[in-house]
Parts: sequence; C-alpha cells; structure tokens
Amino acid sequence: MRHLLSTADLAKDEAIELLDTAAQMAATQSREIKKLPTLRGRTVVNLFFEDSTRTRISFETAAKRLSADVINFSAKGSSVSKGESLKDTALTLHAMGADAVVVRHWASGAPYQLAHAGWLDAAVLNAGDGTHMHPTQALLDAYTIRRHLGGHGGGLRRGGDDGVGADLAGVKVAIVGDVLHSRVARANVWLLRTLGAEVTLVSPPTLLPVGVESWPCRTSYDLDATLADWQPDAVMMLRVQRERMSGGAGAFFPSPLEYTRYFGLDGRRLALLPAHSIVMHPGPMNRGLEISAEAADSDRAVIVEQVANGVAVRMASLYLLLSGTASSAAVPASLPAPVSSTTEGTAL
Amino acid sequence: MTAGTGMPGTPDPRDVPEGTVVLGASDVARALTRIAHEIVERAKGAQDVVLLGIPTRGVTLAARLAQRLASIDPAFDPERDLGELDVTMYRDDLRRQPTRAVGVTRLPAAGIEGKTVVLVDDVLFSGRTIRAALDAIGDLGRPQAVRLACLVDRGHRELPIRPDFVGKNLPTAQTERVRVLLAEVDGSDAVVISGREPGAAAPGEGDQR
Repeated sequence: MRHLLSTADLAKDEAIELLDTAAQMAATQSREIKKLPTLRGRTVVNLFFEDSTRTRISFETAAKRLSADVINFSAKGSSVSKGESLKDTALTLHAMGADAVVVRHWASGAPYQLAHAGWLDAAVLNAGDGTHMHPTQALLDAYTIRRHLGGHGGGLRRGGDDGVGADLAGVKVAIVGDVLHSRVARANVWLLRTLGAEVTLVSPPTLLPVGVESWPCRTSYDLDATLADWQPDAVMMLRVQRERMSGGAGAFFPSPLEYTRYFGLDGRRLALLPAHSIVMHPGPMNRGLEISAEAADSDRAVIVEQVANGVAVRMASLYLLLSGTASSAAVPASLPAPVSSTTEGTAL
Repeated sequence: MTAGTGMPGTPDPRDVPEGTVVLGASDVARALTRIAHEIVERAKGAQDVVLLGIPTRGVTLAARLAQRLASIDPAFDPERDLGELDVTMYRDDLRRQPTRAVGVTRLPAAGIEGKTVVLVDDVLFSGRTIRAALDAIGDLGRPQAVRLACLVDRGHRELPIRPDFVGKNLPTAQTERVRVLLAEVDGSDAVVISGREPGAAAPGEGDQR
C-alpha cells in the first residue's frame, strides 16, 4: 500500500490488516505512556483545504503518538488564500521533505491528483475529498462495528478479543440520511461490502445520488420499515450537510421538522432495533435534526468510541504507509527477514 | 546440506528443512529445564518473576519455561506471570525492511512494576530485537530487573547486550541461518543451521554453558 485514497480499491486482506493493526494501536493507547517511537524523524503534513476539527485533530494525535513531526497547513490564512495552486502547494511540501501528506479538499479527486501527478513522493492519505471518499472514517466505522459485532455473522460478540482477524460477513448496516453529499456513506458502502457486510441506504429520494442503483447496496425511502423489518445490527446516522445544500435546507426537503419525523433517529425508532444493535454517527451531530438527544446519549450509541477508534485507525494507516521500504510494499510482512540484509544498502 | 542425521530426539526428517540439525527435541527440552532452574536460582525463588516472550517463537518458549518454573516453584503461576511483548514498533530497522505486521502485547494483570522480568527469545543475534524490547519495557513500567533468556546465542552482537540464560552457544558465520523450530508452530522441535559452507567444522559439543 503506497497511498490511502479510496476504500473502493482496498482489497479485503489489506482492509483486515489495517483493522488488525488498529487493534494493536488501540491497545497501546490504554497505557500510561501512549507515545511510540515508531515514526521518529518522519514528517506528516496535514493539508486541509476545508474546515475540519475532529479529523485534523485525530490525524495530528495519531501522528504525534507515533513520534512523527506534524505540520498543520490549512487553506485559510495561507498561501492558498492568495491563489496558490494545488501543484505549487505540493511542490512546496515536497521541497520541505514531507513523508506523508494528509489531505482534505473540497474537490473530489484532489488527493488522487496529488498522489499520482508526480509532484510529490510522499504517501498521500485522503482525509475526505468533496463528496467522494473518506477512507479513514469508513475504516474506523468498520473497526467499531467489528469490535461490537464482528466475526459471528451479525451475532453478538461484545468484549472478548475484539474480533481481530475477522471480517464483517453477515453484519447488516443501515446508513441513514444525506447520502447525496456524504463521502462517509460512499466510503462505507464499498468498505463494508469488501468486508462482507450488507448495507442498506435509507434516505429521502432527493438525497440519494443519481446512479445509486449501481452501488453494491440496497436503498430504501422508509426508515421505520427498514428498522422494523430488516433489523440492522448497526445504524449509521449521517449528518445533514446544510453547508453543501446551495439552496438552503429547503432545496432538498420541505422542512427540518419533516426530515426529523421521517428520517430522524429517536427513542421510538431505537426501540424497533434488535437488542445488540449499535448506533453510530460520524459527527458532528445535529442534535434534534437527524438524531435525538435520547438516541445520541443512549447506551447503544458508540459515537464517542468512534472518535477514540479514529486515532487508532489513523495510527495504523500512518504506520502501514510509512514503515517499510517504499519499493517492497508487495512483499508479505510474514516473510522472514534475511540474515545478511541485502536491503540495507538500498534503504532510503 | 544433509537433513537430520539420526541424532537422539531428531524429528522426522520430512519436517526438517534443508540444513544441519544442531539440537534435537530432547536437547531443546533439557536446555529449557536447565534455564528454568537457573532463573529460579538467580532470582532466589520465582515469586516476583515475570516471563515475557518475544513473538513468535519466544512466546512459545516462554510458555514452556512457565510450565517448568511452576513445577520447580509453585509460587510461579503461568496464568498470572506469563506475557508476551511485541517489539515491532520499537525496532530501528522499520524503514529498511518490508512493512511488518504489529503483534500482540499482553502483560500480566499485575503489570511489571518492581518485578524481575525475564525476556525470552529464540535466537540471540545482533541484539537489536532485545534493544527494542528494553525500550518497550521502559514504556510499560519500571521492573526491578530485566534478564534475558534465549535458546540459542549465535554471536555477532552489534550492541552491548549479553544474555543471562543461554540454551546453547552456537558459533556461526554471519551468512548462516539459524532457525529454531518448535512443535507448537512448526510441528517438531529442532535447532537447524542452514547456509553452512561445506567442510566447515561441526559445532563442538563442549560449548554448552
């Protein structure tokens, strides 16, 4: 793995390796000394062209816990606001010797361009691009689902060994809300599918994108019927992204109150779910719009745990992208190390 | 390049890859028993001893040592005082090797604070794994003492690190490969040297410590 750009091109064994590594990283985060020397001397640049608090802080925490140096670069108040192009920004970062670039951009495909245009030789991690992908969010969601439900075909497995090594075969996940503007939904649909889970998108027709019928998932316009009849193991509520709705909220649904009545998760809908099911939200939540305080604060909600798992998943991503020789990414990690290391002369 | 040559305790030759078998199953068992006695002698009992195996084969060896320690001194409880220590994230060669999978670190519930930690590894070579393990231990607590047990010491140290308990000192050339095979992982017990130049002297029998 050279870059982490999309969950659609992650193979199943790569995804499980990421989740298993995240489990080991999470174990180190309960220690008194949380810092590991693993990426000492490497530089991680957080390149954020769009506002973000939790993703940026999560990546920054992850990099610092691995002893990497972190440089935060946000478009506001930087050379980008003076009109610098993505290419020139990338060349600047290259000249500064960045080893990894975590990029969030309002344009779908910007991280791909950064990774493949030849401007940079750093590893590129997509931290959300437009309405395209948000791979680390999907990975932390999958990790959270696996911790609670994984390995037993949707059955119960709380606690225990956290499902290390398992996929999500048979787990049913409902993703509810503003799918149209959601890179989280897109990233999750493909990753959960790769891991063997079944996904149903629940959304008003106006908030489902054109072409959704070609995605590897089912769709529904009826939240009550999906919860009651399909009995999902996990319900992922999406934020209504009002800042992306150019005409204001009214352009996609008649009123916030009507949206809440039809697609909001409240105590009544929570009671329709099976007893082992979990409630997720990528945050930040609009309490009272897509999720009620009762649902958000219930003991089924794993929303705060998702944030903690995000650090572990991002540590795993940085570790897997930045350790190891760049040319040897295809060699399985289980190969025994040669006794007289012939790779030493060719190291970075 | 002969396979096992009928040594006592030599496993089925089909299980042994190409190379010279220097320790058979019974040799491995005797070495572990002796190491267990030495650990108890050195610590004057086993009440504060914690065994930490370094993956993968160090973990298996530590489990076997734990059984022996428990039979020597009932104060040692294999359930309570045995753990494993993954050192991947403390290695100094992460950028020179293919990406390594991160293993499990499992410590005794009581931690390692104030204990006598015995690190267990299969082959001691450059000493860099042990250096990483010492750093990892430093982040996990402050043991009263750290000791090192290994089944084979093959020399060629690159750091000032010395084992406290050795199964067998094995003079080797830098180009040779020493492998410890264990029944739990590999199907049979043996220590095998491969890559030895033809005509090289077999290791002397008198160098067992």
